[in-house]
Formats: sequence, C-alpha cells, structure tokens
Amino acid sequence: MSDPFTTIDQFIKNLLIGLGLEAEVTEVALNIVGAVVLGLLVGATAIILIWAERKLVARIQDRLGPNRVGPYGILQTIADGLKLVTKEVLIPQGADRYVFIMAPLIVVTGVIGIWAVMPLAPGLIGSDINVGLLYVIAVGAIGTLGIMMAGMSSNNKYALLGAFRTVAQMLSYTVPMILALLIPVMLAGSMGMSTIVEAQGSAWFIVLAPLAAIIFFISSIAEVGRAPFDLLEAESEIVAGFHIEYSGIAFGMFFVGEFIHAFTIAALFSVIFLGGWQGPAVESFPLLGLFYFILKTWFMYFVVIWVRSTLPRIRIDQINAFNWKFMTPLALVVFMVTAILDKLAVEAGFNRAAVLLAANAIIVLGTLFLLRAYATSQRRRLEVTERPQVQRSEAASD
Amino acid sequence: MSLDWLFIGTILVVGAGMAALPIALNMIIGPRKPNKIKSETYECGIETVGEAWVQIKGQYYIFGLIFLIFDIEAVFMFPWAVAYDRLQFYMVLEGVLFILILAGGLVYAWRKGALEWV
Repeated sequence: MSDPFTTIDQFIKNLLIGLGLEAEVTEVALNIVGAVVLGLLVGATAIILIWAERKLVARIQDRLGPNRVGPYGILQTIADGLKLVTKEVLIPQGADRYVFIMAPLIVVTGVIGIWAVMPLAPGLIGSDINVGLLYVIAVGAIGTLGIMMAGMSSNNKYALLGAFRTVAQMLSYTVPMILALLIPVMLAGSMGMSTIVEAQGSAWFIVLAPLAAIIFFISSIAEVGRAPFDLLEAESEIVAGFHIEYSGIAFGMFFVGEFIHAFTIAALFSVIFLGGWQGPAVESFPLLGLFYFILKTWFMYFVVIWVRSTLPRIRIDQINAFNWKFMTPLALVVFMVTAILDKLAVEAGFNRAAVLLAANAIIVLGTLFLLRAYATSQRRRLEVTERPQVQRSEAASD
Repeated sequence: MSLDWLFIGTILVVGAGMAALPIALNMIIGPRKPNKIKSETYECGIETVGEAWVQIKGQYYIFGLIFLIFDIEAVFMFPWAVAYDRLQFYMVLEGVLFILILAGGLVYAWRKGALEWV
C-alpha cells in the first residue's frame, strides 16, 4: 500500500461502494472517468507543446518567437485556437463532405489512443493489456488512414499527391520500426508496456540495443512526418500536401494531431528505450516515477524539435531509398545479430550488455565503412562523367 | 481484461470528441458564406484542368506489396519475440532463417528495380 496511485484508486472505490454503488459498476465508472481524464490531459498538453515548439524553433533560428500574448507568449496557442474556431471552414466544390470533416477526427483519435497503454508511473497505466506494443503500432497507423481520407476527399490534385506520398512514406517506415521494436520485446519477453518498463530495472534498453533505439527514433520521426521527413507538406513541390483544402479549425486539428503525435513518439521512446518511469529511488517514492517519465519525454521531445530545426528536407526518392536500401537492411541485420548473440551470450554465461554493445559497435563501424565506400565510388563516377579529362589535369597542375 | 478494452474504447471516443468539439463549435459560431470562386479547387490561382482523381503509376503499388510482406512478418515475429527467453538455440536460428528468406525477397525486389521511386 505504499503505492499512492493504488491507494487513491482503492480509496475512491471504497468511497463509491460506501455510497451504495455496486462493485462492478464502480470499476466500470472509474475506468471511463480515468480514460476521459487521461484523454483530456493529453489533448490539453498540445497547448503547451505548440508553444514550446514555436519558442524553441525560434530560438534555434535566432528569433524571439511568440512573446506578446501572456507571459513569454504562453497563451499564444489559445489565442490562435480561438481565432481558428471563429474562421470559416471552407469545403471545396466536389469534395466528399463527410469524409472531409471526418479526416482530422481520425488523425487525432489515432494519436490519443496510443496513450491508453502508456505506463506513466509504477501502477499508473490506463490499460495494461498484454499486446501493448502491437496495439501502439496498430493504432499509430490509423493516422495514415485519416491522411488518405483527407487527400482523397479534397478533390484536389496536390492533396491527392501529398496523400499518396505520405502513405508510401508512412507504410515504408513502419517496416524498420517494427523490426526495431522486436528487439525490446525479445529482451523483455513481453509486449505489455509496463512489463517492458519493469524489465529495464537493471539496464535501459538503449544500452542493450542502441542501434534499435536509433532506428526506432528515425522511423518514428518519419511516421509523424516531421522535418527532415515532412514530404507530405513540401510547400515548394505540392503547395501544402494533403491538408491544402483545409481551413480554420479543421486545419488546426491536423496540426494538433501532429504535435501530440510528436510528443507521443517521444513518450514511446522514453518508455521503450529509456526505462520509462525507472530511475533512482523510484521504489520508495512511486510519484517520482511520474516525474522521471515526464522528464525523459520532454527531453526526447526536445531532441525531436532539435532534429526538425537542424536538418533540411530531403527529396521523396531519397526518403524512399533511405528506408528500403538503408534502414530496412540495417534493421534486419541488427535484429538477426541481436537474436543470435543474445541467446549465445546467455547460454555461454557472458555479460549480456557487453556482448550486445560490442555487436552494435561492430555493426556501426561496418555500416560506416560501407557507406563511405559507396560515397567514394559515387563521387568517382560523378567526376568521370561530369568533367572532361583535360580540365582535370589542368586542375592537378595548379 | 474487458475493463482494459473499455478504457481503450473510451479514450478513442474522447480523442474523436476532442477533435469534433472545436469543429462543431466552428459550425455554430464560424461564418459560412461560400461563393463560387471561394469554393473552387485551390491551385495557386490556376483553374483546374480535368478531374482531380489523377492516376498513380503502378510502381506505387509495388511498395504496398513489399510493405505487406514485412507487415505480415510482424504478426509471425512478435509471438516468437515474446517467447524468446524460453526458446532453444536452434529455434532462434529458425526465426533468423525466416527473416533471411524475407531479406532474400527484399534483395530480389531491389535487383529488379522495384525500390526506385518514379
């Protein structure tokens, strides 16, 4: 009974039963209330997320960012939201009205649904289902459907092109993501999210599987569609992509969905690879676990913003080649090597972490070597085709 | 167990509601004055030519097929990964063999030029 969350849960249950409710009704009611509170909290976080991101990106680009509405511009998001609500939502002619309005709903639903299985602190998890990770992948993919709906219902060629691109990109990057997620499942021996966190008591999975962590991080950024993978809204090529015909708050909802999704992948990363609520003294003070989880999540969110504001957008064929010709083979190799070596290490009695780390280091070195060899050969080929032989010898004599 | 799924169902409804509420609010308090030019398909000022439902090259669907292979692989590999601790070494090798066959498929698609974006 040292766990405050269980204590509070029990207290409310006893109170309600004491008031004359039946035990089962109480359970059901508490579950519904919990889900509503969690969903609303996540939704409300978006207000801070948007402000934090705008402020951070501005600082990185040597600007001030929002600073007029409220202290440090913290109320800017609310002002923007109010403005968007009072603007007209245009539905273009020839558009499929219902699908058009449904699309942002589906995007937001898919993102918030992931939080149902997020372990926030020891004993504090929405629903601890034993297929948690599979659920995350499945629900995370619903957003793709929403984007496809937006693109196809808009009756606009740019929107359709943007949607097709997005779907290709999101589907492609699911492959290395799944392969990278197999490794934590293997190490924890379960797909339940709280079991995965508990399995990281001795060592975080980022130590045991650093490459899997990086692959998961890159592919989930691509899944969200953030820079450098924000091809779905490449202004210079397809105007605004799938949400070109959206205006007012319907557009705003896509935005909210994207921000919460970015925060969600940060939370997922911290749960799966950074030990979630694990940290010093968490056994005696479970509330500290919540603090650690939030701290790690915000750190990862910072990294996401950092990556976004640092790297330029890459081309659609490059995105595709990067996934199928680099990430997927790499993920396959990492997965196979981890599977074999971990088993061998356990059977031979070696230190698991040392063996896996060494294997990861060797894979990284090998990958870098291969990439370098490939880049050198590409450069040589370009030099031969582009420059005539005469000029080359002149340049050499200079 | 069913309570867990009740929680998930509720949070999904809450998520949809959270997006639906502002849009519904907008329908009440937002202006609604469509006219012909405003509701035209937006193409930076140029009038649209033909239908918006453009056709995409068949190459696009090959990506879908390759994705499908790897996605179904996930269904097989996740139970295997959950049982990993209880597996014998040769069972691990069998799992790796399965992945190798898939990788063979990827190499085949690569050599056939199916991975080039057009």
